[in-house]
Amino acid sequence: MTPTEAAARTLTRRGLRISVAALAALAGVYVLALGYTPVEARQGVAQKIFYLHVPAAWCALMAFSLVGLTSALYLWLHDPRLDRFAAASAEVGVAFSAVMLTTGPIWAKPIWGTWWTWDARLTLTLFLFFLFIGYLALRASLHDPQERARFSAVVGILGMLLVPFIHLSVYLFRTLHPQPVVLKPSAPSLPPEMLRTLLISMLVFTLLYLGLVTLRYGLALAEEARDEAADAAR
Amino acid sequence: MPESLRLALAVAGKDIRAELRSRTALLSAVVFAALVLVVFNFARDPTAIAAADLAPSVLWVTFALAAMVALNRAFTVEREHGAIDGLLLAPVPRGALFLGKLLANLAFVGTVEAVTLPLFVLFFNVDLTAALPGIIGVTALATVGFVSVGTVFSAMAVRTRFAELMLPVLLLPFMVPPIIGAVQVTARLLAGRPLSEMLGWLRLLALYDVVFVTLCTMAFGAVVDE
Repeated sequence: MTPTEAAARTLTRRGLRISVAALAALAGVYVLALGYTPVEARQGVAQKIFYLHVPAAWCALMAFSLVGLTSALYLWLHDPRLDRFAAASAEVGVAFSAVMLTTGPIWAKPIWGTWWTWDARLTLTLFLFFLFIGYLALRASLHDPQERARFSAVVGILGMLLVPFIHLSVYLFRTLHPQPVVLKPSAPSLPPEMLRTLLISMLVFTLLYLGLVTLRYGLALAEEARDEAADAAR
Repeated sequence: MPESLRLALAVAGKDIRAELRSRTALLSAVVFAALVLVVFNFARDPTAIAAADLAPSVLWVTFALAAMVALNRAFTVEREHGAIDGLLLAPVPRGALFLGKLLANLAFVGTVEAVTLPLFVLFFNVDLTAALPGIIGVTALATVGFVSVGTVFSAMAVRTRFAELMLPVLLLPFMVPPIIGAVQVTARLLAGRPLSEMLGWLRLLALYDVVFVTLCTMAFGAVVDE
């Protein structure tokens, strides 16, 4: 077994173990959200989706920020590990965005009376989702690994700088999205049971992010090992 | 004149000359823009929606689509017969090369926009006399930003399998802030609102231009150099 193959196997296994553990913990989050937290007075049970929606949004935004950061570092250092990480993080970020963009409307229909609204934050996250679908499509349509790494790093950096512009330009449409309840200047305005469940869920989602990124990184290494073997055999 | 500007103008001059000799791409892009305007006219109910209400959006969606068509060809011409290799072997700094391609693309997109604007006035019966200098200004401001990003993406897209599809997928999210800003400013200009109501949007457009022209000039080397 070549060193690349060995590393790919170790990382894939580790990623799989972390992801399975996170998924098991996620089942625990469901139990907590349904059994432990009180029912919100005005929104009723619809509010329970908050414990999935907010952590998924947090992970998606973290994933995309890390893609931007590692892209910038890649153009500077040209380390293939940074490129593999950016690719893994973008894929996992798209998955979490999909969770965020599906749980959001399910909640919005009973509460706002509409599935979708062109609110600043919704629009921003939708465009981030599109941006990273484009990022992945670009990666998929390029074969040369170095070219793929350079091109996607450029898209990653430009995308990171696009975010404040989209935010500014859509902000002027009045915002419907609930205002922050945890990260704001005053103390969190949530009952302790809700806050605790939310924080646990954020941790679980972050763990799931780490597991999936590790798994995806290991798979990228395995693909490289396969290509190396194919080149050697030629 | 600084050396890099002279080189950029030489690159732009080469592209513009090549375009003027065949004229097929430019002509097709202009016809395409005119067709989009015509289609738009039938996409609304003239008894329910006044042309003036829809005018800014129609103008900017047309500009955006026409720019996309124009940008698609920017590097396909370089790809034929490996012309890009000759260009890259020439002792031209990558920043100057980018500026040259950007200027050529701006000339191309600007021409399409300049032809579209009178057609827009003709088809939609919009009175532009008072707003014309402002419309030209905001068009220039918005176009520089997204054509700059489009130039970089066009250079990337020609290397992919589905270049004609890859460019819009990558570029459209980047067109959103300039288009939103330009539509807002155009609507206020057509309504004869004071400049103070547009200042925020104009600042946003100017900032977008500064950030993305700088960034694209720096990043272009990473796209073309192996």
